[in-house]
Amino acid sequence: MAQVAFTRHLLRFFPDLVEGEVQGATVRELVDELERRHPGFSSYVVDETGRLRRHVNVFIDEELIRDRVRLSDRLPHGARVFFLQALSGG
Amino acid sequence: MSDQIILGTKKGTLLLDRKGAAWEPRPIAHPGVSISYAARDPRDGTLWAAMDHAHWGPKLSRSRDDGRTWEDLHQLAYPKGARFIAQTLPSPGEDPGAGSGTIEYQDATLMKVWVIAFGNADQPGTLYAGTLPGGLFASRDGGSTWELNRPLWNHPSRGGDLFAGEATSKNQWGGTPAAMAYGEFVPGIHSVVVDPRDSKHLLIAVSCAGVVETRDGGLSWSGANKGMLNDYLPNPEAEWGHDPHFITASAGDPDRIWQQNHTGVFVSDDGAKSWQRVSKPERGVHFGFPIATDAKNGKVAWVVPAKSDQERMGIEGGLFVARTDDGGRSWTSFREGLPQANAYDIVYRHALDATNGRLCFGSTTGNLYVSDDHGESWRSVGHNFPPIHSVRFG
Repeated sequence: MAQVAFTRHLLRFFPDLVEGEVQGATVRELVDELERRHPGFSSYVVDETGRLRRHVNVFIDEELIRDRVRLSDRLPHGARVFFLQALSGG
Repeated sequence: MSDQIILGTKKGTLLLDRKGAAWEPRPIAHPGVSISYAARDPRDGTLWAAMDHAHWGPKLSRSRDDGRTWEDLHQLAYPKGARFIAQTLPSPGEDPGAGSGTIEYQDATLMKVWVIAFGNADQPGTLYAGTLPGGLFASRDGGSTWELNRPLWNHPSRGGDLFAGEATSKNQWGGTPAAMAYGEFVPGIHSVVVDPRDSKHLLIAVSCAGVVETRDGGLSWSGANKGMLNDYLPNPEAEWGHDPHFITASAGDPDRIWQQNHTGVFVSDDGAKSWQRVSKPERGVHFGFPIATDAKNGKVAWVVPAKSDQERMGIEGGLFVARTDDGGRSWTSFREGLPQANAYDIVYRHALDATNGRLCFGSTTGNLYVSDDHGESWRSVGHNFPPIHSVRFG
């Protein structure tokens, strides 16, 4: 279980996306749960191989996740997770 | 003659409607999103835009209510196991002896939808999407779901069936400079021509490989590059390695195929069985990106020439459009209404279109020009558009 927040840029595509609790032990499980709640969400943050998109960042508390390929980073109890766009890119 | 222009721009999708003598832009759609291509399906009027999100991945968007609302689609994606032989551009610090000689593979992920094309009226719901890194996708349900064309992806010219295992042949498809903006060096499909007489007969063009043809609806493919000349390879008549910039054909003369290539203007009068170079470098007609032909008279074609592959801008600071009326034997240049000094515009491969004698082109400098007399005189529709990637009549 984590408290998840999103860049407001994602609200443009998913107006119902609100900060709140999401079930999951890893970042991957969070993305899967968010995809269930908001069909299409995962295609905005990961590519078709499941890797985090190049210009998307995910933080656990204030640390960037380490595994951008499998999103295997585990979520400590009460973690806050942020889906943000990187300052690279357009 | 169409009274609507559809622009795919770096800052969104723009529709312009003709009101009397003026062209009025509607409020921009997809504001802030780079649109690599936008067009209207002539069969059912659906508007399509290929969104080139810098952050969120390429997506398609469609409007079934003439642009009032848009629906973003995220189904177009490479299937699991799709891979290709990786290529890198040589770098100055590279040690030529360092390579292991082994083939490196790369998982395919959608980098860009470069073109959207529509099937014939006898195939309602059939659409095609040409992409980077070199995949052709087809939809049979109006764009809701898409499938990679595997016979083309697995073609011997790309190393064979890499879903099944190791490469069984040499990769002959080079990367396109258009991919380098994404930090990659991969091929791209930018042209899809559907034969109006036979929906199973398609020609596609690949940068940098050449023209590829199917006659059985995509079950099998073969190169169609006989007569093409490749000025930058040791063997200029090599089967692969060509850099078509765009190909198009006339509905009324479907065996005549026009090609603006990196190495000049080419035409085929036998359905791409053979090509002839019809450039006139001494008249400036040689390098460029777009080419358009007349829907009824296939001997008529227009190009917007640019100065050499090294400079990629107007020739001597001036913009002009050249037209042939005789299948490429002769070309006439038209400059009326176009800037003849201090113009640095480049017109991309999808940014010129023709409809019954009305033409329109747009440049990366944000200038848009229209002609109502077969390209002989031009007037500006605006100078402050975002960089224009595609121009299509609606």
